[in-house]
Amino acid sequence: MINFGFSINKPRTIDIDRNNLRKSNEIMHEMPELQTCIGCGTCTATCTAGNLTEFNFRKVHTLVRRGEYQGAYEEMNKCMLCGKCRLLCPRGINTRGVVMLIKRKLGDF
Amino acid sequence: MKHTIIIGGGIAGMQCALTLSRQGVATTIIEKENDLGGKLRNWHVLFPTFTPADEVLSQMRHKLSTATNVTIKTGCEATKITPTAVTLATGEELKCDAVVIATGFTLFDAHIKEEYGYGIYDNVVTSADLEQMFNKGEVKLSTGETPRRVAILHCVGSRDEKVCQRHCSKVCCVTGVKQAIELKRLFPAADVFNFYMDIRMFGPGYEEMYREAQQAYNVHFVRGRISEVSPTIDNRLQIKAEDTLTGRPLKLGVDMLVLLIGMRSNDLNATLEAGSGLKCQPSGFMQPKDSFHGNVESGVEGIFYAGAVTAPKNVGESMNEGTTAAMAVVEWLSKR
Amino acid sequence: MKRSSWTDYQKEIADDNYYYARSCIRQNFFPGSEKVFLDILGKDLGRNIFDDPLHTSCTGIGYHSDVVPLETIMTVVARQFALMSEAGYENFTSSCITSFGIYTELLATWEEFPETEEKTRENLYKATGREFKKPKNLSHTSDVIFHHREEIAQKAKRKLVNVYTGEPLKVVEHIGCHYAKIFPKKGIGGSEFPYVLAGMVESWGGEIVDYPERRHCCGFGFRNYLVQANRGYSVANSHKKLESMAPYKPDFIVCNCPGCSMFLDKWQYTIAEMEGTTYGQNGQGIPVLTYEEMAGLVLGYDPWVLGMQMHQVDVEPLLDKMGVEYDPSAKYLGRNGKYIGRPERAIVNSCSEDTIYKRRF
Repeated sequence: MINFGFSINKPRTIDIDRNNLRKSNEIMHEMPELQTCIGCGTCTATCTAGNLTEFNFRKVHTLVRRGEYQGAYEEMNKCMLCGKCRLLCPRGINTRGVVMLIKRKLGDF
Repeated sequence: MKHTIIIGGGIAGMQCALTLSRQGVATTIIEKENDLGGKLRNWHVLFPTFTPADEVLSQMRHKLSTATNVTIKTGCEATKITPTAVTLATGEELKCDAVVIATGFTLFDAHIKEEYGYGIYDNVVTSADLEQMFNKGEVKLSTGETPRRVAILHCVGSRDEKVCQRHCSKVCCVTGVKQAIELKRLFPAADVFNFYMDIRMFGPGYEEMYREAQQAYNVHFVRGRISEVSPTIDNRLQIKAEDTLTGRPLKLGVDMLVLLIGMRSNDLNATLEAGSGLKCQPSGFMQPKDSFHGNVESGVEGIFYAGAVTAPKNVGESMNEGTTAAMAVVEWLSKR
Repeated sequence: MKRSSWTDYQKEIADDNYYYARSCIRQNFFPGSEKVFLDILGKDLGRNIFDDPLHTSCTGIGYHSDVVPLETIMTVVARQFALMSEAGYENFTSSCITSFGIYTELLATWEEFPETEEKTRENLYKATGREFKKPKNLSHTSDVIFHHREEIAQKAKRKLVNVYTGEPLKVVEHIGCHYAKIFPKKGIGGSEFPYVLAGMVESWGGEIVDYPERRHCCGFGFRNYLVQANRGYSVANSHKKLESMAPYKPDFIVCNCPGCSMFLDKWQYTIAEMEGTTYGQNGQGIPVLTYEEMAGLVLGYDPWVLGMQMHQVDVEPLLDKMGVEYDPSAKYLGRNGKYIGRPERAIVNSCSEDTIYKRRF
């Protein structure tokens, strides 16, 4: 292999056809209310962890729903389970439950 | 007896004729098609109640058939409209005391959005096509197979500078949610993805239906507009969009793509404007006299509007305007 | 595929008397193409075309790399038009897609903002004493070949057909971004379903491959690939296209843009050397042709006269499929039989090891 002084970028595209949606489907099956998320960002706005780290609850669970599991477990570990997001969610989603569910399902990724 | 001519025999025109009949005003409906009912004739069920469109239309047809002093002229086009006379394409001139323009809208031609491949790739259909498929009970792919994954794209021919349609067509969002639910009822195992820019659930029960689509039917909503559609080697469609809520491009193969086509103004509106004193809005829809006090008035005395001729409207709103226009006509006639 | 929409995008293409503007880079990478274009027009089709030694680069590469300002490129373009007027021509045809895009865009700019045209006239006069007329007709040279495609088909010596199977050759066509993405109405078939190359392929017996990433950019992008550290995402675009087209087993790729044909050809070597991946059948690369080379093969030109020995990916497998007779030993012989050197062996190539080279110097 020749080193040309650069590497070939990997695609950033979420490829739904390549992603294995089994875990995502399991998560949606166990907690269908997660699908009602309208992406308002209230959870992230109020997030204790997200105000101090890169943690973005809304983005992570959306990625998980699309079958992008890489790093989701570690991200969810940043959650302090303070409960403020659940208090505020306009769709009434059990957001703390989502954190726990994703950690339980995606420990291997 | 005073005589009012209603141009257009869709739901707004029909409702207007019914109300005028009850108020003792004779009406003539001029309809260019061979049948009354307008766009609703081709629709399957109506949001948010899933009431069959045919049921709504049959009721109106029945009422009209027993109404007094309603003359219906189908297969007949009006070429010149003044408050006192309407000229038909045949050259015949009908005298009247007032005119209600209820000519509705035109469905956006999806061919214009070339990047979506309507008319080029099999299994790219419009929302109107899908309604027909529901009506025939034949929702299937060109191969006869049932779809396993369907994408529904919002705002095709709406909110789009590139096709000169800047306005929101208002009813497509809720139609998209309704059609997603209908598809999931037909094919529970199929995945349905709605690609939207904003979800505008403006009416009673709409937001609730949206939520039901998400929670009870597991319809996926992706906030992002499809940028292009291309064929795949296994005869499916590859679509590209941005999943804006994760900030990453997204692509997926689908069996069927439904384009939620918007409501655009009739080309005819420009000819209505010429020399008549009537006015078009920048969107091409007719300009009512006042947005609050004169929604069904045209600015020309004796000419009134009802329904989607002035803006995209849903069925209920169009029917209400039929009634409101009728009452405005009665008031106008009483002053003469 | 019901590809009828291209007929909605027609443009006027002059039939004769062209003023020819060359590309800066094609002479290096596909050196026979421009010469053959002149021969096809002049000798095969009997049209009048003027190859003017006075014209220069349009400076598009500099412009797109942020080193040439807009006023400068306008003046340079104005000079090209002045040369055309002085030579007595009205139909401008450019060999380069970047140039074509620039000419199209500047003509539109002058139309929309007449004061910029006035300023350009002033600048040109001050700098060179020249005055210019805008061309009556502006075409890319692929438009010109498209315009004459049926006449070429009538004179064809070979077709784009596999001589072993009798099946049409499967062709990937790639259109340069600046051909129609900026002004869709200035391209045959618009930007979504461009027909300029597809029309040639169909007229000459081949079959177009409609693959998912057909419209995707090759990744050329000027300043992006010019900086070595940025090349990764430039090459990644070609990578994406090649991945997408490979399952269709195309016999060759044809491009109408200098950068695209160079990239899709040379990046196959890069990707093979960096990742060990090749995209052609038999583990080699997919040959990449210019439309002039494709027209030349159809008209019976010798592949080495067409300059095809300068390709990165060997074209011999394609020549064999088309039934083109060629002299393998003459591949690396230039004008007057002079040996021009031969490339190192590479994964994407098939023939360099098997060919016996006669050294005649």
